[in-house]
Amino acid sequence: MVLLTRKIEFSASHRYHNPDFSAEENRRVFGKCNNPHGHGHNYTLEVTVAGEPDPVTGMVLDLKDLKELLEREVMQRMDHRHLNYEVPEFAGQIPTCENIARVIWKLLDPKIKQGKLHRVRLYESPDLYAECYRDGTPGATV
Amino acid sequence: MTQVEEIYGAVKVELGRRYRFAASHRLHTPQLSEEENQRVFGKCNNPYGHGHNYVLEVRVSGPVDPATGMIANLADLDAFVEREVLEPFDHKSLNEDVAAFRHTVPTTENLCKEVYRRLSAFPYAKLERVRIEETSNNSFEYPENPTECEGNLA
Repeated sequence: MVLLTRKIEFSASHRYHNPDFSAEENRRVFGKCNNPHGHGHNYTLEVTVAGEPDPVTGMVLDLKDLKELLEREVMQRMDHRHLNYEVPEFAGQIPTCENIARVIWKLLDPKIKQGKLHRVRLYESPDLYAECYRDGTPGATV
Repeated sequence: MTQVEEIYGAVKVELGRRYRFAASHRLHTPQLSEEENQRVFGKCNNPYGHGHNYVLEVRVSGPVDPATGMIANLADLDAFVEREVLEPFDHKSLNEDVAAFRHTVPTTENLCKEVYRRLSAFPYAKLERVRIEETSNNSFEYPENPTECEGNLA
């Protein structure tokens, strides 16, 4: 099995706010991430696909296909958008790093036909990331 | 904000966070002769020690709270790491100032295990792994497989 990773970057804004909480509770739990008009990040997304290289092409999957998939599913949906207001996948959930990574996993997993989606790692900043993998995958590595 | 949970049943999420601290150490063990220490540890055995800018990466896992979208509140994680690791280690001599290294060589392998031991009590998420970069060229991780080391660090 070979792991193949493609990286893309996108910029988006978000706000952490739970309408079920009081204003004070939102402030206490989310701190400055609750500021009313939101804020933004440059996100770095690493998508890793696992598979055996095709004996003819030597590829796990065609990188061009993966690039187009990421463009269609992630860039067009999230780049330069306000995640709370413009991306319907975040209706009813807060666009934290964890949830954005899970939404991306959910968008990509059924659409990767060659190889299998192995890992989604989303950096909100160089010092913070969330990572998704299939439950039961042993020892997701750093 | 609970209806979204079930669709993620098969996906595990972890959170990774990086921290930095600077500390000095000297690799030396009384179990070896002076010559052997010098041979084994090289310049890391120089008598007055030397320092590194360490980068610590902490990985935690757990269910994503539907009310907050979080595995753990970063403010809680940051405060815990600050109290357990950064405050006692930053700008300190690992050999002299950290009790665990009075009789254990403060290699970064051992540092990983000590940091893991200290952080494994984090109450709001499961500690999966720590990774420490001693320099940008050398990094160490512990444990290799988190399920194997539970109970090993009592």
